Amino acid sequence: MAFEGLADRLQSTIQKIRGRGKVTEQDVKEMTREVRLALLEADVNFKVVKQLINKIKERAVGQEVMESLTPGQQVIKVVQEELTQLMGGEQSKIAVADRPPTVIMMVGLQGAGKTTTTGKLANLLRKKHNRNPLLVAADVYRPAAIDQLETLGKQLNLPVFSMGTDANPVDIANEAIKKAKEEHHDYVIIDTAGRLHVDEKLMDELTQIKTDVKPAEIFLVVDAMTGQDAVNVAESFDDQLDISGVVLTKLDGDTRGGAALSIRAVTGKPIKFVGMGERTDQLEAFHPERMASRILGM
Amino acid sequence: ARYRKVDEDFFEELEEVLIASDVGVNTVMDLVDELRMEAKRRNIKDSSQLKDVISEKLVEIYQGDADEQPQRLHVNEDGLTIYLFVGVNGVGKTTSIGKLAYKLKQEGKKVVMAAGDTFRAGAIEQLQVWGERTGVEVIRHNAGSDPAAVIYDGIKAAQARGADVLLCDTAGRLQNKVNLMNELNKVHRVIEREVPGAPHEVLLVLDATTGQNALAQAKTFQETAKVSGIVLSKLDGTAKGGIVLAIRNEMQIPVKFVGLGEQMEDLQEFDPNAFVYGLFADLMQEEEQAE
Ligand SMILES: Nc1nc2c(ncn2[C@@H]2O[C@H](COP(=O)(O)OP(=O)(O)OP(=O)(O)O)[C@@H](O)[C@H]2O)c(=O)[nH]1
Ligand SMILES: Nc1nc2c(ncn2[C@@H]2O[C@H](COP(=O)(O)OP(=O)(O)OP(=O)(O)O)[C@@H](O)[C@H]2O)c(=O)[nH]1
Ligand SMILES: [K+]
Ligand SMILES: [Mg+2]
Ligand SMILES: [Mg+2]
Repeated sequence: MAFEGLADRLQSTIQKIRGRGKVTEQDVKEMTREVRLALLEADVNFKVVKQLINKIKERAVGQEVMESLTPGQQVIKVVQEELTQLMGGEQSKIAVADRPPTVIMMVGLQGAGKTTTTGKLANLLRKKHNRNPLLVAADVYRPAAIDQLETLGKQLNLPVFSMGTDANPVDIANEAIKKAKEEHHDYVIIDTAGRLHVDEKLMDELTQIKTDVKPAEIFLVVDAMTGQDAVNVAESFDDQLDISGVVLTKLDGDTRGGAALSIRAVTGKPIKFVGMGERTDQLEAFHPERMASRILGM
Repeated sequence: ARYRKVDEDFFEELEEVLIASDVGVNTVMDLVDELRMEAKRRNIKDSSQLKDVISEKLVEIYQGDADEQPQRLHVNEDGLTIYLFVGVNGVGKTTSIGKLAYKLKQEGKKVVMAAGDTFRAGAIEQLQVWGERTGVEVIRHNAGSDPAAVIYDGIKAAQARGADVLLCDTAGRLQNKVNLMNELNKVHRVIEREVPGAPHEVLLVLDATTGQNALAQAKTFQETAKVSGIVLSKLDGTAKGGIVLAIRNEMQIPVKFVGLGEQMEDLQEFDPNAFVYGLFADLMQEEEQAE
């Protein structure tokens, strides 16, 4: 399959320059063309690619690249720096509310990994931070969503709050907070149903839950394999809910994961964690440089 | 009606719209180059005239020169028909099985489902709910048991009940997980062994929001389980699923169904013409509205 890393892509351009020994503006143009292709093949959104390419061109036409003996490597360095910078620093902290319980809402498209990540976060909070989280089954739509969370709760030996599928998710969230206060849980993680960002009714439901429970964190859970649509999804969830961070799931696969860049570019919100497997202990901190190299295939 | 002029701006926008549909940058660049030449050759000045040419070319990428027959599912005329569902995590396998069970029952078929995902929390219960919704029996083992054994029992039960169709669910797995792909291969072999000619379809479920990784998914699942068709799920969102063009073009795997929601009725047969028009319809519509 035709997925080459950036270094391979730049190869022939670099070869040409070697023969001549001098970098021209035309060479830089050709190199940025290859960068553009590499980013698009990695699923970075085309608008984001456009912005990035402009920045990279600016830097590359400067002496940094034009006067370098290794222009190819220099271009790669510039690109890597720009990507890393765009994705921000390391941000794997979870907020703490002034008064307990700290509430976390999990939101996102269908099948992104919300329920699994709910289990993973609970596990992390307990194991690493010595917390006592309550999991909340607020997905009353997907068949057996409650069973799924309850099974995870059992595996982790953590309590799961549910009111069955006839209750309203907003009521479930409110009741869960009451219960958490009574039973002195310091964290509450609310698993919500997957929904399309354009589904007004279901998006309103999230807004309602947010208004009622005042979460310290709203995590948008995004599948790392997402293509060009990632920007629409992220922008829309962020516009409607003002998310606090992103969890990128299924990074244990072999996708380049350009969605990470797209999401960060349109929302400015940090990617806090990455999902590295199906098990509840497979949640890791997000590393911008690693992600940049991955997107570039290096 | 005033249509937009076919100029370089138009082609650039078309390129962007197709890339935004996940068609894949190389495919798009080749296509748009060809369209440029075609427009010149036929002296096309007006985008309304180019609309059909774009559709034609896209359909051509999709199906080559072959005349596309409606993509009916293969049926075993001499006994039990078996369909196996495969794909990466969370794409919509279990839901698509529920939808297909409903469709087949509507057609008067006797259907049985086998809960071959014994791994993911709540997976068996999820299929069970679909069984209740559609009035279809679900063959299940306990969580954690061997998927191949569940499928084997599913086949035996379906045969004993004189069922027409057995729908086999499997756990989601990323294509780079060798052990899990081997496990799937074993499930496939059990089906092959028990019913000659089976599985009659191996349906790879692809999430329409997936980008270029879908190609790698198709390739590896094809090698492991001889994929015969694609179910393109979640097309009710804003993603366009353009990557199936490349998959069909490179691997000859046709799309058989599209998923358009989470309910029983939300499964439709794939229509290549409607699909390709959907990829760039926005561009045209903008122009038409701007009149
Ligand atoms: N390989 C891998 N699989 C994951 C990861 N996170 C989640 N999954 C799998 O992805 C699938 C979907 O996960 P869920 O947690 O059910 O997703 P969800 O967002 O809750 O789905 P809905 O509630 O239906 O919207 C399951 O098969 C999970 O096991 C991950 O980081 N890596
Ligand atoms: N909007 C929309 N949602 C869908 C569609 N098909 C499935 N879903 C949803 O996507 C989520 C995942 O679907 P599942 O059927 O559980 O996916 P799966 O491939 O079986 O997942 P795993 O078994 O965990 O790998 C659920 O919330 C479904 O309701 C579709 O066509 N449109
Ligand atoms: K997905
Ligand atoms: Mg869920
Ligand atoms: Mg499933």
